[in-house]
Amino acid sequence: MNSTERQLLSGDSAIALAALHGGVALGTGYPGTPSTEILEYFSHIGGKAQWSPNEKVALEVGIGVAYGGARSLVTMKHVGVNVAADPFFSVAHTGVVGALVVVSADDPGMASSQNEQDNRRYAVAAAVPMVEPADSQEAYDFTLAAIEISERWKIPVLLRVTTRVCHTQAPVLPRAAVPPPQPHFEHDLRGRNLIPSNARPAHRRLRQKLSELTDWSETTPLNQIFSGDKKLGIITSGVCFMHAREAAPDASFLKLGFTHPLPLKKIAEFVRSVERCVVIEEGDPYLADAIRAAGLKVESKPEMFRFGELNVDRVRRILAHDPSPEPTRPPGKPPELCDGCGHHVVFQALKNLDCIVAGDIGCYALGVLPPYSAMDCCVCMGSSIGIGLGLRQVLPPAEAKRVVSVIGDSTFVHSGMTGLAEMIYNPPPTGHVVVILDNSTTAMTGHQEHPGTGRSLDHAATGKVIYEDLGKALGIEEVRVFMLGKDCAEFQQVLADALASEKQVLIIARRPCVLAAKSIREYEKCALANGGCCS
Amino acid sequence: MKKPVNIVIAGLGGQGVIKASDILSEAAFRSGFEVKKSEIHGMSQRGGSVTSDVRFGPQVLSPMVPPGEADFLVVLAPDQVEVNRGQLRAGGVLIAPDLIDASKLSNRKSFNVALLGALSAHLGLGEEKWRAAIHSCLPEKLHPANEQAFAEGRRAAAAKKLEP
Repeated sequence: MNSTERQLLSGDSAIALAALHGGVALGTGYPGTPSTEILEYFSHIGGKAQWSPNEKVALEVGIGVAYGGARSLVTMKHVGVNVAADPFFSVAHTGVVGALVVVSADDPGMASSQNEQDNRRYAVAAAVPMVEPADSQEAYDFTLAAIEISERWKIPVLLRVTTRVCHTQAPVLPRAAVPPPQPHFEHDLRGRNLIPSNARPAHRRLRQKLSELTDWSETTPLNQIFSGDKKLGIITSGVCFMHAREAAPDASFLKLGFTHPLPLKKIAEFVRSVERCVVIEEGDPYLADAIRAAGLKVESKPEMFRFGELNVDRVRRILAHDPSPEPTRPPGKPPELCDGCGHHVVFQALKNLDCIVAGDIGCYALGVLPPYSAMDCCVCMGSSIGIGLGLRQVLPPAEAKRVVSVIGDSTFVHSGMTGLAEMIYNPPPTGHVVVILDNSTTAMTGHQEHPGTGRSLDHAATGKVIYEDLGKALGIEEVRVFMLGKDCAEFQQVLADALASEKQVLIIARRPCVLAAKSIREYEKCALANGGCCS
Repeated sequence: MKKPVNIVIAGLGGQGVIKASDILSEAAFRSGFEVKKSEIHGMSQRGGSVTSDVRFGPQVLSPMVPPGEADFLVVLAPDQVEVNRGQLRAGGVLIAPDLIDASKLSNRKSFNVALLGALSAHLGLGEEKWRAAIHSCLPEKLHPANEQAFAEGRRAAAAKKLEP
C-alpha cells in the first residue's frame, strides 16, 4: 500500500494511509462514529492497530508509545476526548519524544452522537496545537504535518475532523513513505513526573512552545489565502471552506488549516484587506470569538446556524443575512432494533415489569423508541450504573425497587466496571440490578472487537474479560448468566426475582448480535484452525 | 467553473445505498473526474433511512448536494421517494424503484446495481468504467449477477426513454 497513485479515499482512510506513510508504530483508539474506520483501515493496509477498552486507556498507551520515541496515532469520536481528557491535558505538560497525534472526530448535527460539543475548545483548554483538514487530501497531508509538528515541538497535536471530512470519499495523492524513528527510552524524571514541583516548570515550557507555535502559525502554508474580490472576505476552516467557496466563488478567503494557536497577525491583515469580513464555521463561534477578542471587526453567523452542519445553502443564507426559516426535510424512517435481536426480549421484560431504566450508549438505546419506550435515560458511556445507583439511593422504596441499569458489553468494558465497584462499596438499601446486554460485539459502530470478545482488532484470538468472573471477584452478591432466546417469560421471571431479592445482582443477558453472529462463528472456526491467528 | 453533476441515492439501511454510491463514484473517478461522495451512515445498519450524495465534474467543492439541486435522484425503497423528492432540482431526473422488475434479476440483492444501470443511461460514463467499478467494489463471485442487473437497469431506462 505504498502506491503513490491517486486513489479515492474517505477522510478516515486518508488519515490511516498518512499514518502508515508517516511511520506510525501503533494506532490505538475506541470505536466511535465517525472515527471508527481510521484504525480499521490502518490495520487493513498493514499498520499495527489496537482497540483499547476506552479512549483514556487508548491515549495512555499512545503516550507510552510516544515516550518510547515511536510515532503514535490515537483515534476517538468527540465525546471520547472527554473520557481521555485527563491524560490529554497532562501529556501536553510533559511533552513527548515521538509524535503523538490525537484524532477528535466531531459530529456537528449529531448524526450518531449524544451531544454536539465542539472539540476545538479542547485545543485551547489543553494548550495543544490543532490542525483541521477540509477534505481527504488534506486529511492525508495534515496528518503528516501533525506528526512533524508533534516531533518538532515535542507536543501532542489535536487532529480535529468532522463527520463530513471523515465520511466523504475524495481523491488523494499520497507521497512516498518516510522511515520511522527507532524507539528508544531516555529517562526524564523531572520532565514526565508531574508532581507539583515538576509540573510548574512544565506549564511554563508548554506556554513557551505555544508562543513559538503562534509565530509559526503566521507563516505555515497550512493557513492559506485565496485572493479574490475585496468586497467580501471569508475566514473559515475545515469542510466549511468547501461550502463557502462554492457559495461565494468570487470572494477572498483565508482558509485556516492550523487553528490553534491562531495566526492573529495574518488574520488582522486579511480583515483589513477586505470591505466585509465574515467568519464561516460550524458549531461554536470559536474563530469568531477569538478574532473579535483581538479587536477585529468580523461578522459571525446568527445563533440559528450554531445547530447542525453547515452546507452550501446555509452559507448562502449567512452571507445574505437571510433569517427566514430553513426548509425542513420530511422525516425519514428511524432506525430500529433488528429482527431477532436479543435486546427485544430484555426491553419487553423491562416494559412488562414497569421498570425505571437507566440506559446507556449502544444499539439498545433504540429501546427508548416505540414499541418499547422502555428507557428512561441515556447520558454517556457507562453512566447507566452510576445513575441507576443514584436513583436507588433517593427514591422511595416502592420506586427504588423498580430501578434497573442496562449496559452493553462493549460499553461495560469501556466504563461500567467502576460502576460495579460503586455498587458494592455504596450499596443502596434496596439493592440494585445491573443487566449487561451481551451481544458479543461493539454493534452500533459496526461490529468492532473489544476486551470481552476475546479477539483483537484484526479478529485474532487474544485474552478475554469474563464478566461473570469479574462480577464475582468484585464481590457482587448474585451473578447470573442468562442465554436469551425468543421467549420473554423466562427472562422476565429472572428479572422479577432479582428485583424482589433486594440484593446487588448482575445479570449477563447473552445472545450474539444477529448481524455479527455469522462472522463471529467464522472467527472462532478460524482461530481454532490456526491456533489463534485469524488475520 | 463548470458545475458538478449532482446525484442523490436514497433507500433504507441494508439495501446497498452506500455500495451503489461507492460503485458510482468509482466509475466517475475512473473516468477522470473529480469526485466527492458523502453520506451519514452512523445508524444505517438498523434499517433507518440512508442517503448518499455523489458529485463529480471538473471541480467539486462541498461534498454535499445542496438541497433542491440534485440532477438525479435514485431511490431504492418505494417509501423513500416522497421523503427525498425535495432534493431534486426542477427538471431533475427521478430514478424510482418501480422502474426495475426485480423478478428479472438473477439475484434480487443486485437491485441497487440495477438502478445504477438505469442511471448510467443518463450519465455518459463509459460502460467499461462501470464494469471496472463493479469489479473493484464487489467480490468476484457477485460479478455476474451484478453485471446482469446493471444491463437490465440500463435496458429498462432506455425503454422508458423511448416511451412517448
